[in-house]
Amino acid sequence: MSRRFVIISGRVWLAAALYSAAAAQAETTQPATVPSSASSPTLAFKSPDERSMPGGEYGKAIKLGEQIMLHTQTYAGRYVGNSLNCASCHLDAGRQAYTSPLAAAYVSYPMYRSKNGRVITFGERLQDCFRYSMNGQAPALNDPVLVALESYSVWLAKGAPMGGKLQGGGLLKLGKPALAADYVRGGQAYAQSCALCHGPDGQGQSSGGKMVFPPLWGKQSFNWGAGMHNVDSAAGFIKANMPLMRGNTLTDQQAWDIALFMNSHERPQDPRYTGSVQETRRKYHDSPYSMYGMTVNGHVLGGN
Amino acid sequence: MNHGPVQSPRRRTAKTLLCASLLLAWTWAAAQTNDLGRAVALNGTKTGVAACIACHGMQGEGDMIGGFPRIAGLSSTYIEAQLSAYARGERQSSLMQTPAEHLSAEERQAVAQYFSQLPPYIPPQTLRDPEPATPDNVGAWLATRGRWKQGLAACAQCHGATGLGVGAAFPPLTGQAASYLALQLQSWKNGTRAPGPMALMPQIAGKLSDSEISAVAAYYGGPTAPLHNSPWSGAKP
Repeated sequence: MSRRFVIISGRVWLAAALYSAAAAQAETTQPATVPSSASSPTLAFKSPDERSMPGGEYGKAIKLGEQIMLHTQTYAGRYVGNSLNCASCHLDAGRQAYTSPLAAAYVSYPMYRSKNGRVITFGERLQDCFRYSMNGQAPALNDPVLVALESYSVWLAKGAPMGGKLQGGGLLKLGKPALAADYVRGGQAYAQSCALCHGPDGQGQSSGGKMVFPPLWGKQSFNWGAGMHNVDSAAGFIKANMPLMRGNTLTDQQAWDIALFMNSHERPQDPRYTGSVQETRRKYHDSPYSMYGMTVNGHVLGGN
Repeated sequence: MNHGPVQSPRRRTAKTLLCASLLLAWTWAAAQTNDLGRAVALNGTKTGVAACIACHGMQGEGDMIGGFPRIAGLSSTYIEAQLSAYARGERQSSLMQTPAEHLSAEERQAVAQYFSQLPPYIPPQTLRDPEPATPDNVGAWLATRGRWKQGLAACAQCHGATGLGVGAAFPPLTGQAASYLALQLQSWKNGTRAPGPMALMPQIAGKLSDSEISAVAAYYGGPTAPLHNSPWSGAKP
């Protein structure tokens, strides 16, 4: 695609035209964990209670998977290149609705995923979490870490109906904002609603050397290849879940503005980087919702 | 003489002197604050405020049996905000209201700074993830997992995995007396403690039953506190 520039004049804004292309792009920017077919029924489902977790060797693998979700640094640190845990986004150890919960993801695979350009398995999808969201290395498919995460996911999906979209699966799809998402408004809303925990500089906060509030951008955050770098995905996540325990209190407009603000900062390079930001944008970020390759405050995002 | 990027020795000396005197002035001001804070902490004030250490311990370590909270090593912003809230009646306490009212703003700030600089007594080797909880262990489960089906986050999600506290807004829970922690949750529940940042705590406390409050307070303030080797908890590693 041709180079798109974000206009800078104290205000940075995504041109409204950007959104007119949104419908055409929606297919490629949808959260990848749920089937994209609009005709799929939405099915109610609850993951089993913790008390019903089985024992034995299989139970151990399930429990390990759960602990990897919560304490990824401790249990799978060798595959992680930032300070995030899986549960930084997948709240309640991968159970919470609209945080791409594991059960809904599990019953969706194998599926065709445009990001990969082929049909991939659930294990391969988990590998991408490590590669992009955790800015690390993908464990092998038979690695105990992936086996544990899959075991946990299978157990969470126990009794789940097939053939439809599970309620609360993936991320919340937010309607287009009334006004084009705005960097300055986003910064103000961020200061008001997000900075208490994530810090005024977005770098999160730690306690006793352990991350508590995840960094939202910068070297310790997810990289440019992660789904959360897309403004629409981030807006849906923010609307449904942020501030923590105060989901659905921000307006849609605030969620979009904050998402744009968050994703207009530098973060680790896309592992698929070709050597040229513009070429990488053309190949992997040809979406109105990706700020990769855009110029914000005089800086080309992805140029690091 | 070239007054460009290369400075003359005299200029450099002047600059150094200026820096040194500024540093001295700052150190002096800080020392004054510290002296005042120390004086209030150790001796109380002429306006009748008792010494803080009488209840909070010589080192601000608190009193697990009496239920007086540890204040050593807490954020000065947090301590000062609490003293101000007591003074304004936004945080109610039969013990703290009067002394807070009788401290000047300057004294509140100084004493907050004094205690914030005292060591919090946290052995670094204890900073590991807590053991995975089971749902039947109500306190541990609420502390580390919350109850998300009710939109209730785990304590650990804001106060840290071991409850050590985060920044100025999220104070430590580990090592505080269980009776103190329970009283705070009850206070938020019945509206006698100011809602605090983003009014998070009243929302949380309102979803906890009395027995759950006791359980979660005991988790952080009792012998099963997630800090191992802690001088407060008496727990074996």
